[in-house]
Amino acid sequence: MKSAEAAVVGDAASKVYVAPGKYDEFYNFVSGGFSGQVSVYGLPSGRLLKVIPVFSKNPENGWGYNEETKAMLNTTFGEIPWDDQHHLDLSQTNGEHDGKWLFANANNTPRVARIDLTTFKTAEILQIPNSAGNHSSPFITENTEYVVAGTRFSVPMGDEDVPISSFKKNFRSTASFISVDKNTGHMNLAFQIVLPGMNLDLSHAGKGPSHDWFFFSCYNTEQAYTLLEVNASQKDKDFIVAVNWKKAEEYAKAGKGKKMAADYAHNTYDEAKQTATSVIEHDVLVLDPKDCPDMVYMIPCPKSPHGCDVDPTGEYFVGSGKLAALIPVFSFAKFQKAIQDKAFDGDFYGIPVIKYEAALHGEVQKPGLGPLHTEFDDKGNAYTSMFLSSEVVKWRLKDLQVLDRAPTYYSVGHLMVPGGDTRKPYGKYLVAYNKITKDRYLPTGPELCQSAQLYDISGDKMQLILDFPTIGEPHYGQACPAALIKDKQVKFYDINKNGNQYVTMGEKKANVVRNGNRVDVYMTAIRSHLVPDNIEGVYVGDDVYFHVTNLEQDWDLPHGFAIKNNPDAELLVMPGETATLRFSPQKQGIYPYYCTDFCSALHQEMSGYLRVSAKGSNVPLKFGTGVIDTTASAK
Amino acid sequence: MKKLTISGRISVIVVILFLATLWFFPMWQIDLRAPQYPGGLSMQIWINNITGDVDIINGLNHYIGMSSIHKKDFAEFVFLPATMLAFMGIGVIVFIVNRKIGYYLWTVIFLFIAVFSFYDFYKWEYNYGHNLNPEAPIKVPGMSYQPPLLGYKKMLNFEALSQPHVGGWFYIAAGVMLVIITFLELKKAKK
Repeated sequence: MKSAEAAVVGDAASKVYVAPGKYDEFYNFVSGGFSGQVSVYGLPSGRLLKVIPVFSKNPENGWGYNEETKAMLNTTFGEIPWDDQHHLDLSQTNGEHDGKWLFANANNTPRVARIDLTTFKTAEILQIPNSAGNHSSPFITENTEYVVAGTRFSVPMGDEDVPISSFKKNFRSTASFISVDKNTGHMNLAFQIVLPGMNLDLSHAGKGPSHDWFFFSCYNTEQAYTLLEVNASQKDKDFIVAVNWKKAEEYAKAGKGKKMAADYAHNTYDEAKQTATSVIEHDVLVLDPKDCPDMVYMIPCPKSPHGCDVDPTGEYFVGSGKLAALIPVFSFAKFQKAIQDKAFDGDFYGIPVIKYEAALHGEVQKPGLGPLHTEFDDKGNAYTSMFLSSEVVKWRLKDLQVLDRAPTYYSVGHLMVPGGDTRKPYGKYLVAYNKITKDRYLPTGPELCQSAQLYDISGDKMQLILDFPTIGEPHYGQACPAALIKDKQVKFYDINKNGNQYVTMGEKKANVVRNGNRVDVYMTAIRSHLVPDNIEGVYVGDDVYFHVTNLEQDWDLPHGFAIKNNPDAELLVMPGETATLRFSPQKQGIYPYYCTDFCSALHQEMSGYLRVSAKGSNVPLKFGTGVIDTTASAK
Repeated sequence: MKKLTISGRISVIVVILFLATLWFFPMWQIDLRAPQYPGGLSMQIWINNITGDVDIINGLNHYIGMSSIHKKDFAEFVFLPATMLAFMGIGVIVFIVNRKIGYYLWTVIFLFIAVFSFYDFYKWEYNYGHNLNPEAPIKVPGMSYQPPLLGYKKMLNFEALSQPHVGGWFYIAAGVMLVIITFLELKKAKK
């Protein structure tokens, strides 16, 4: 038995050492799992660079709390402050990373987010109707034509009240195709393909010859609705669902779909106005395979397949049956021939089922236990994660021979090779994302971190070179060369282009305006003072909106804003940006407010006072900075 | 009066062309470096403008009570281009008239403008570095912040390097050329 120490050999330290002040070679975007956020690490150092707030409110910078971003977390069920974020996909052009956007799914309340890679900010969140457990998402086509969202927990279409036991009759899974505007990235739910009640698990788009196709793995074709661990594990084979999205697009255009009433939120952050809006959409175009021949086929795949991965050439696709003792590799050419020859093995609710052998390229024999996910390098090799035997297995696509295996600590889920799901894998590294860490780090009570492990895959043998803890639960990740992203980072916002309706253009414009019980404070922040820093004439029961504009025009000079006893969050305002914090004081008193982001040598002085008086008192509205009132001090 | 030599006459054109670069390149550059500014800050002084990280430098300078730099506060940005244009105009006359005495006078005018300009620049730097707001948050006893006219100086956490930019080098070259040609013309005249 190999010990953990023995697994790390030789010059591992020098391979991951990034000297102080030097940059990492890759950006590694890692899903935050139940944290709801997305984390960004540098590779090969494993250093945490940023946590991007996406689906969870983030009091640290005001995401989801401040007036500008509140709308981003709106759904048809009101504000939802959290989600379970599983998978990420970087936008592509011609099957290669283009460094524009990062897409992220929300599993619990089905949503897809788009993150802008010039600001590392969430720019858009689209809710998915007629779905639950948005797991096989947000995988994309080769030119980011579509982002998909697939149902893991089948539910009835619409919101009818049906018995759970009517699963077979009433429950459906859907594969949603979200179109992405090439220039703006704006998402639009183009159409939903309605499929029988079952669990769509993961997916990947075709490439090159298979460009027009999307492949989804599914389990629970037994259609169990209780004790799934037994009842959904009965069949020898479930399916890879192959969807011809080009054809679906044609059918949608040809009017073969049905407009169905369905409410869902579409939230967009407008970079120019620095403000998010939430629009509720009211219908969705649904395509039924019954009305659309040749659009969907089922390919049998052993034992509840999980990962569904397409090799860089687009010819092979791999289904990883998590309970299977082998890995089937399908051939796209053979799959196409099977359709032509009508090599069918019956149908599943009217969808033709291809004969297993007719589409099969071959099986990787005895790869390990519990195969989950496969990624690819640039040399024709595949790497599959083995959850049960806790290892990464390297095998060759050409002859399906196992070449090497390396232990993980412990129970690896996804694995990731930079560019490993695109047409151009960069190879060099592989990261395993582990579910269990046990004794790997200093213990921290019963709740332990999860981890990532970095392997050097440049040689014949995989070599474990680094092991680092992650935030939340790392499911899938994406990595691309730093050069693709680092030089187009926004350093600060041009104050002259600040289109926020509450911007304060310079200290002279600072103001406090009362309108009924709403008080708008137009405040500026620049090193090292806030204008105004004395405010009086605010009463208990007022809603005070602090619109803080950061007047700085230099890199890395955010100002924070917090006020005593405010029950939610603070603001972090980037240079040139405006953000709004609402504060509704419940008691009279003096409320200090201050800059929370250590900005300068006089940061400690960057503070002010708000006086809140009893309701109905006649303290006049007064505000300023640097004004010394000599009359009051004598009293 | 004696006429200019061929090379003397050509040098008039060259000097005018050299001075024309002042409208295309900055004259002077002041680079600042501090730990928090790994890329450094820099300020370019043109014949009629001041560019670069001026806003950032202004933001920093308020701590130590230095006044803000604003283009409109510099009368020089009007006088200097006007003076240089006039000087170049005189050059055209020197070229047409083609007399040695004209050239000598032209050189004297140049040297006079040069000395005055550097004195003016120095005086501005002196005032900028010494006239500090008495209410400034940071006061270091005995400390002034006059940037160097030429060369390197350390001030608190900032290191400053002041040197000619492209336009400045051409200006200096024009001056050197005027002096050398004047010297050569004088030598020729004595023969």
